[in-house]
Amino acid sequence: MKTRSNLERVLEARHFAVTGELGPPPSADPEVIGSKAKFLKGNVDAFNVTDGQTAVVRMASWAAALLGKEEGLEPIVQMTCRDRNRIALQMDVLGIAALGINNMLCLTGDHQKFGNHPTAKGVYDVDSIQLVKMVRDMRDEKKFQSGDDMSVEPCLFIGAAANPFADPFEFRVTRLAKKVAAGADFIQTQIIYNVDKFAEWMKDVREKGLHEKVKILAGVAPIKSMGAARYMKTRVPGMDVPDSVLERLQGVPKEQVSREGIKLCVDIIEQVRQIEGVAGIHLMAIEWEEVVPEIIAAAGLLPRPGVSA
Amino acid sequence: MLAVQVKPEEEVVPLISSKKLFVFECLGCREVHYPVEEAAQFLGNLKEEVTGRATLDYLCNREFARAYIDEYADEIEEAQAVLVFSCGVGAQVISSLLEDKLVYTGCDTLYLHGFQGLTAKEFDCDQCGECYLNYTGGICPVALCSKHILNGPCGGSQDGKCEVDPDMTCAWQDIIDRLARRGQLHLLERLGAPKNWSVEPAS
Repeated sequence: MKTRSNLERVLEARHFAVTGELGPPPSADPEVIGSKAKFLKGNVDAFNVTDGQTAVVRMASWAAALLGKEEGLEPIVQMTCRDRNRIALQMDVLGIAALGINNMLCLTGDHQKFGNHPTAKGVYDVDSIQLVKMVRDMRDEKKFQSGDDMSVEPCLFIGAAANPFADPFEFRVTRLAKKVAAGADFIQTQIIYNVDKFAEWMKDVREKGLHEKVKILAGVAPIKSMGAARYMKTRVPGMDVPDSVLERLQGVPKEQVSREGIKLCVDIIEQVRQIEGVAGIHLMAIEWEEVVPEIIAAAGLLPRPGVSA
Repeated sequence: MLAVQVKPEEEVVPLISSKKLFVFECLGCREVHYPVEEAAQFLGNLKEEVTGRATLDYLCNREFARAYIDEYADEIEEAQAVLVFSCGVGAQVISSLLEDKLVYTGCDTLYLHGFQGLTAKEFDCDQCGECYLNYTGGICPVALCSKHILNGPCGGSQDGKCEVDPDMTCAWQDIIDRLARRGQLHLLERLGAPKNWSVEPAS
């Protein structure tokens, strides 16, 4: 064990891991974290706290993570390179480790153009792969990016993202290999609706032996409405929503679409679970946290092993 | 305007070693700063066979560069790689005109205050002082990627376009296509280290 992470413990014991996601509020209201956390507690091994997702200003990821931790959950702090240079990133890495947070997910970040402050200056001093390596060197070599030494290292279980559906497809596994070489311990993928394409990607992953070097959590998310499905299909870059998904949701009466969306999510979990090399799922019920207990139960993933009380 | 600095030999020589070379040298910005002596010294130390050498002004002018490529077609054909001493714009022009050739740059380009607006605008060079073109098929991710990432493409590359602007080409898709043509896809496995953003022109 590299860290005290519950997620690492679950994965090392070869349990099928479950991570959830919690979006901090665009306000200073701590109650939001508590009310969302109660749907995740006991149902996930750890939960991601997003870092200004879609480039919209929200409560700081580390602060919301700490509030969630106080509710008895294990946080994964997401950290993007959009808003911080290498100085700020390393300061935050030290800070979250000192707060007893055990996991971090390294991301380049959604471009500022997509958010509510599109005229902001993007930082991008380093990219996600360089960030992974920087945190790994801090943890394993006790060195800052400058090469300076530190006395107490940040013991973080290091995550990174992978998008099997972005272009060019042939290169996506090469980029995953680069993240693994840089030091990623676990990977959370883009939301999967095209299971066949994901399976094809996993085949490439296995051919390179990467599933033995890194724990891969398959990204899944329930669809709430036809509008959401269409939006993801046409407007969200890097998402692959096949026509068959739209047809399945269209095939039920309007008031049952969200039920069907939940069933579809459970079906996808069962399908990705059969794919060799998939170590768990990352369930992103964004602004719909209340359905997490039902989905995890229906997928037969309860009780969670060794979830901290 | 730009200032050009010759790269350290230990950075460039491993890339071109034991390849027959054709050399382009652009003196267009000599009045501002072109390191004539350093370039001569670099070339003098080379052990590689040089099939030909073209010295010209304003390599950044595409038509002008194309005329020279035509004139030296045989020597370029005979060479296994082309080594360019120019600013980042010139190196990108040559790389784009010789897509199937291994094209390397021997220079870093730095920013120099004043004299803006004289060069061609077809290619962009951020004059960052740490030229990356040797690893990216002569296409600059620092200037052309929305997030300036050195380990791209990010997850927002779709159908060759950048997620930030559907009219904008994904620079990393272009890089991959170019490297594929040149049989250099292995360069994508190279971990690009954090960049030195602090480089200032040599005085």
